Amino acid sequence: MAMFFEHADVSLPGETTVLVRRSFKAPRDLVWRAHTEPKLFQRWLLGPPGWTMPVCEMDVRVGGAFRCLWRSDEDGKEFGVFGDYREISAPIRLVHTEFFDAGDGADKGEGSLQTLEFQERGGATTLVSLMDFFTKDARDAAVATGMTDGMEASYALLEKVCAELR
Amino acid sequence: MTDADRLDATFAALADPTRRAILARLAEGEASVAELAAPFSISQPAVSKHLKVLERAGLITIGQDAQRRPRRIEAAPLAEANAFLERYRALWETNFARLDALLDELQGKPPKAKN
Repeated sequence: MAMFFEHADVSLPGETTVLVRRSFKAPRDLVWRAHTEPKLFQRWLLGPPGWTMPVCEMDVRVGGAFRCLWRSDEDGKEFGVFGDYREISAPIRLVHTEFFDAGDGADKGEGSLQTLEFQERGGATTLVSLMDFFTKDARDAAVATGMTDGMEASYALLEKVCAELR
Repeated sequence: MTDADRLDATFAALADPTRRAILARLAEGEASVAELAAPFSISQPAVSKHLKVLERAGLITIGQDAQRRPRRIEAAPLAEANAFLERYRALWETNFARLDALLDELQGKPPKAKN
């Protein structure tokens, strides 16, 4: 099966999971580096326009921690994600936990477990990203707010949704 | 039901492959419980259970015919769930488009003209 996902493909394969797939015209090594080198990661995982990632730290080894912080140019709002690496098979497979940090040390919840696979074929790489949020409510909240991987434009919306889910 | 509850019910209903198959069948036109059960290797009561979940999520309704009680698909909640997923997808695509440009740069390709 050699599918090329020219645009992001999102599906809900299970009750607690989200699957995102996307292909890139680049060798697997580079796509891997773009996910594991802070200087590269900071340049693309920024969400909507107007957000930057001033902090990105990655200790890419099993048990090592990572931390990213986003900031809004407009109003200075900040939020972040953090977690630790569970499995590293460069440049094929990366598994890590991820927790949301609203910037106030608030309830971190159960977080999610993220499994990224980098499949290379004919010089192109397909990224297969499976995110497991452990509960359906958390999964739905993540989808509804676009918060996953810290791409939250307005975490006020997230708080609202969480309050409604409680 | 709040928006979140409704979305919750919709996603729960859509998480099951049998229920997705039932919806696919109903997308072609209304059908009775017996007609819906026919293509599946499960009992009518099991199909009824799935139908109840779909009904609670507002994804299907029961038609006028009191004898057949045909089920029919309701488009609105499906469209709402799709809208959420589409917004989520678009957010990812924004990131991935940036990653495309970064990967091009790392490979020494000239930057693409923006449309």
